Amino acid sequence: MNIFTQPWPWYVSGPLIGLMIPALLILGNKAFGISSSLRHICAACLPGKVKFFDYDWKNESWNLFFVFGVAIGGLIAGAFLANPNPIQLSDAAIASMNELGIKNYSGLIPSEVFNFSALLTVKGFILMVVGGFFVGFGTRYAGGCTSGHAIMGLSNLQLPSLIATCCFFAGGLAMTWLILPYIMRLPF
Amino acid sequence: MKNIKFLILGVIFGFILIKAEVISWFRIQEMFRFQSFHMYGIICSAIVVGLISVQLIKRFNIKTLSGEPIKIAPKTFNKGNVIGGFMFGLGWAMTGACPGPLYALIGSGLLVITVVLLSAIFGTYIYGVLKDKLPH
Repeated sequence: MNIFTQPWPWYVSGPLIGLMIPALLILGNKAFGISSSLRHICAACLPGKVKFFDYDWKNESWNLFFVFGVAIGGLIAGAFLANPNPIQLSDAAIASMNELGIKNYSGLIPSEVFNFSALLTVKGFILMVVGGFFVGFGTRYAGGCTSGHAIMGLSNLQLPSLIATCCFFAGGLAMTWLILPYIMRLPF
Repeated sequence: MKNIKFLILGVIFGFILIKAEVISWFRIQEMFRFQSFHMYGIICSAIVVGLISVQLIKRFNIKTLSGEPIKIAPKTFNKGNVIGGFMFGLGWAMTGACPGPLYALIGSGLLVITVVLLSAIFGTYIYGVLKDKLPH
């Protein structure tokens, strides 16, 4: 049971993630990608008003089954077979978390900032609601996310995916180094 | 019923995401601060395995299980790759999650992430509304 509760090293989990690509291609001729599911949810729930969502989402329903499966996988691995120990962050990362004022790094997310009551704080609202908006708007505008561009697109040697992946990192670095310290310092 | 196989693949993917810890806000911060090789090792080894798989599929004309030829649509460049990509990067560092991890985190019991997912769906909707007015 140990291998199912312990975290897996990068050289196990990385190649397994890569194998999702041939698995989806061979089982169903589908290109690996997650962010399209957000579009299909819009098309399914808010039909007819906007041209971008005016298509038969049922033809793409495989993607919704896939992401529903991801949630079930998260339930099995994260709830039933959860790692009982905190994540083994590097010492440098722990020092940085302390600098950001995060004291509890035992879970998967910083529970001090990511919780329902924090939604009523400016800090929590920016990180969860504004951050989520950027994820949804940005991935669709970019034509894919980490799975569709960084992993699927680069595996298929697509130049637009390389450009998009570099921009993902540019945005992440700008947020982490230039903006996040100020957000975390907000007193409310 | 033909969708059950995608559900099962999704379960496997979600399981791997949790065990790889790539769904952790802390791991994403560690990556953007260059404080650990973990995330880079995962992304790079995933790409290497994906790249080899795609090349093998093309070289040997491997078909799907039902015998169809495998087609992968090429990606075409537009300004959204840059502007949208940068925006997503900002959100990735804020929420510590890209879309796949959002679903896995909610499944693992972190229900507050539902708020992030709903906001991401709303962001996609607003993109759809504004699409024709944005530079592409």
